[in-house]
Amino acid sequence: MYKYDEYDQAMVDARVEEFRDQTRRRIEGHLSEDQFKPLRLKNGLYLQLHAYMLRVAVPYGTLNSRQMRKLAHIARKYDRGYGHFTTRQNIQYNWIKLADAPDILAELATVEMHAIQTSGESIRNLSADHYAGAAPDEICDPRPWAELIRQATTFHPEFSYLPRKFKIAVIAAQEDRAALRWHDCALRIIKNENGEQGFEVYAGGGMGRTPIIAFPIRAFCPAGQIFSYIQAILRVWNRHARRDNIHKQRMKILVHELGEEEFRRQVEMEFEHILTLGRDFPQAEYDRIAAHFDPPPFETGLSEELDRSDPDFALWVDRQVAAHKAPGYAIVNISLKPDGGITGDISAEQMELVADLAERYSFDDLRSTHVQNLVLPHVRKRDLHAVWQALDAAGLASVNLGLVTDIIACPGLDYCSLANARSIPVAQQIAERFADLDRQLDLGELKIKISGCINACGHHHAAHIGILGVDRKGTENYQLLLGGSGAEDVSQAKITGPGFDETGIVDAVERTIERYREIREPGERFLDCYRRVGMDPFKEAIYG
Amino acid sequence: MGDPLRFRDDPAPDEPGVSLDAFLNQKDATSVLLEAGDDVRALLPELGRVRLVEIDFPRFRDGRGFSSASILREAGYTGEIRAIGDVLIDLVFFMRRCGFDSFEPDAPFHPGAVDAALSRYPDVYQSATDGRVPIWALRHPQFATE
Repeated sequence: MYKYDEYDQAMVDARVEEFRDQTRRRIEGHLSEDQFKPLRLKNGLYLQLHAYMLRVAVPYGTLNSRQMRKLAHIARKYDRGYGHFTTRQNIQYNWIKLADAPDILAELATVEMHAIQTSGESIRNLSADHYAGAAPDEICDPRPWAELIRQATTFHPEFSYLPRKFKIAVIAAQEDRAALRWHDCALRIIKNENGEQGFEVYAGGGMGRTPIIAFPIRAFCPAGQIFSYIQAILRVWNRHARRDNIHKQRMKILVHELGEEEFRRQVEMEFEHILTLGRDFPQAEYDRIAAHFDPPPFETGLSEELDRSDPDFALWVDRQVAAHKAPGYAIVNISLKPDGGITGDISAEQMELVADLAERYSFDDLRSTHVQNLVLPHVRKRDLHAVWQALDAAGLASVNLGLVTDIIACPGLDYCSLANARSIPVAQQIAERFADLDRQLDLGELKIKISGCINACGHHHAAHIGILGVDRKGTENYQLLLGGSGAEDVSQAKITGPGFDETGIVDAVERTIERYREIREPGERFLDCYRRVGMDPFKEAIYG
Repeated sequence: MGDPLRFRDDPAPDEPGVSLDAFLNQKDATSVLLEAGDDVRALLPELGRVRLVEIDFPRFRDGRGFSSASILREAGYTGEIRAIGDVLIDLVFFMRRCGFDSFEPDAPFHPGAVDAALSRYPDVYQSATDGRVPIWALRHPQFATE
């Protein structure tokens, strides 16, 4: 993985000192909360219902064991012994004191981590395919480009006070594991007919109260020009977005208002101009960064054999382990959705255990996923049993990847000051209702995603079965949505009809799923079934 | 409000900026005030007579002025660009990089704060109109000569 040099370290250290100064000015009363807010948000610090929440960047979802141990230490020393992995591959701490925040950032800086641009109206921390460097279907590791773009967009002078947040995702595979087209700027690395590497670019995606799937703005941008292209997109948006209504300032709204053709035309004009400025990083710098992502020294001649005599182990392997590009290796998915647990939450002890496993069995490489799980990307098949045993002992061996209990959920009204309704208890009740593994396996791939408000951090628009919590006359009410996808078959979920109370929504989910069981064709996923039959059979089951 | 904070050696233009429309209609005007929503590119054909461009920040979170200043410098404008309005000290570093070379904030900066803000970051990750050598070029000395 990428290793900071003295320049990267100096930048992060300077950021810590800057934030220490800003925090001091706030505490001493020289900055009003109104003035301090955008400054702390640029460092991932939110003021939530009960305390400050700190969102730490995990650039493109890649961590090493030293970093994970530091995250555990922070959880223990400054929080309540746990952290929460988010739908953008970052980690959040829920119980932070303002006065501690500069010290936490200083601790993070010692392991090459930060909270820069994890919130606020800025170019956010990039997300990427969590199987990068391990997936058999990728044409290259997308992380060198992600790191290059990270540097290019860090403290960008022109784009540090944007109309709203701006999210970038990068993948290099056919399968979309990063919810690509739900981003403002979605990049897929491809090769053109001449074998040259470049980017397929999508723009204007986003969830929130106006969900829009990013449109293909450019079929091929030469790899070495991608920073210019991103700047062109940003400049058109920065100059022309509305600034009078925070709900209408995301780029997707401008794209919608101008139309895709006109937006593309303006971006292309700006691109032509920006290219003349020579702002793109040279090949030599790409090569320097890419060298950090050279494949680890995979052993050769390893056996593909696996002792499956332990049925529980075999069950786990079949669900949680994915194919690796190197013979004899496998990708291990660690579920952060245990029975009765809280989606994405992980204790300090569990973090340390996972760090140990990464160090011992996965070339010190560890990933976070937008589905709020973790990944050990490079595990020898012959080590799988040992890894499973260790995970099992730590309560991390749940079998549910992509199944009905692998639920995405935002923190909701239990933590978040924006939420209208709780997400966590709804996720827990659904998980309890479907706890039987045979039932889950029978239902197959089924993605439930829950947001506690219209901002859609829980990705309900991209869910096979989505749940949106709203406030209805002072009580929590839940709407049901069907048919969304955040994968390569991307689509936007549609609302079924009137909402439900907390118990009612769990019943409605079950009725939806039971109807699917009745009408599915052999081997047909819920999503495909929905697409075949439409909303009506499900509405009938839900509302009678 | 006092004198603007300037990073230029030439005498400060004393003509107050007129609106973009007025400037385009008054062929002898030399100072112009751009509102955040003005199209700075309308000014480009007239750059030869411009001595001062004031760019207004109605709220400090409104970052349109960063693009306006950048576009002026990219077009070769070498006159003064002044940030006015709700300009906080925390913006000055980015503003300098985008080509602003004078500041007239609604609330004056604390003495000493400007130097601290401008010297906070030892280097920069990307090139901008200020000509600073970006980190990638420092890493590859063959590119580091500007």
